[in-house]
Amino acid sequence: MYNADKVIVGILVLIIFFTTPFWLNYKRVEALPKPERAEKGEKCIEDTAYMRAYHMKLLDEWRNEKVRESKIYYQSSDGRIYLKSLQRTCMECHRSMANFCGRCHAMFAVKPDCWKCHIAPEEVKKWR
Amino acid sequence: MALNRRDFFRILGIGVISSVGVAGLGRISSRAEIEVVEHKASPQALIGKRWGMVIDMKKCLEAGEECINNCKAIKACHITHNVPSIPDKKKEIKWIWMDNFIHTFPELEDIRLKEHLKKFPFLLLCNHCDNPPCVRVCPTKATYKRKDGIVMMDFHRCIGCRFCMAGCPYGARSFNWIDPRPYLTSINPEFPSRKAGVVEKCLFCYQRLDEGKLPACVEACPSKALIFGDLGDPNSEIMQILKERFALRRKAELGTQPSVYYLI
Repeated sequence: MYNADKVIVGILVLIIFFTTPFWLNYKRVEALPKPERAEKGEKCIEDTAYMRAYHMKLLDEWRNEKVRESKIYYQSSDGRIYLKSLQRTCMECHRSMANFCGRCHAMFAVKPDCWKCHIAPEEVKKWR
Repeated sequence: MALNRRDFFRILGIGVISSVGVAGLGRISSRAEIEVVEHKASPQALIGKRWGMVIDMKKCLEAGEECINNCKAIKACHITHNVPSIPDKKKEIKWIWMDNFIHTFPELEDIRLKEHLKKFPFLLLCNHCDNPPCVRVCPTKATYKRKDGIVMMDFHRCIGCRFCMAGCPYGARSFNWIDPRPYLTSINPEFPSRKAGVVEKCLFCYQRLDEGKLPACVEACPSKALIFGDLGDPNSEIMQILKERFALRRKAELGTQPSVYYLI
């Protein structure tokens, strides 16, 4: 290879340059979103891993079943029964939309429009 | 390198099976899936064959002007469902409202009849028709008829095309031209509000019926002028009233079969 020393150095410089975000954030876990823990209630309706992965599917099913099929109660996998309601069940324990929903959603740049109609606990406080 | 056809397929097969197997195992161990339990409808829900309402305007008239001007039924509905009060008439949101005889029954306009009936106020709301034109035109099934006769609105699905508003002969539907939140005078944290670009109307308090409660307006009316019941049950209170007294329905000639009856 011609000019091997220059080419190899050039490639190394490029690799280091393009991977700078990884080096700069190495071992910095505080960048991960930390949604606020529930203010009250010992246990969520399902376990955390499930809720983290599938809450959107659960809420989507809830809204269809509750509004369209009048199935207003949800039985969790350990047999407890809850009213299917974002405002009345979820937010009863998770008292903050910005600190619970908002932290991950902001990090991952997802913008669900739930709170354009549903009333967040913060919004309720404004009216009192 | 010599590799015959048979060996090639053998290696390919082992590769495919092992990669699918590993992926499958990974799925089982990493995905936090749960068994879904199908849950039945609420046990305390009020069940009807066809919900309807009788509004006794005579009782309303007798209650006096002050009661009519500060109608508690309207207030209760608006508080329960976070209905905004927007001063601009072109943008106002109506679930339940008052109007006069001529606007309510334009087809019955007659000089003599009008004089007699002019003094009556009329409480208007969605008629929850048996043959609802709004449902026929909705392209997303955001509005649909429930088994119990309620013409429902699923705000999640409404795209704001306003076909239903064109379809409704009663003007019972309103479009949110602007964000309604700033126009709320109080907020009910148990019910959502709406956002700009969504159509809304009276839903016969489906959420209260599912929990075993009567509609908010019926509960709030101090003179019991609103009577809610099952038109499909011949022994229900409203069917008994309709057997005895003459009742009017709005624009019955259109064939939409309204479920709201007016006694005068």
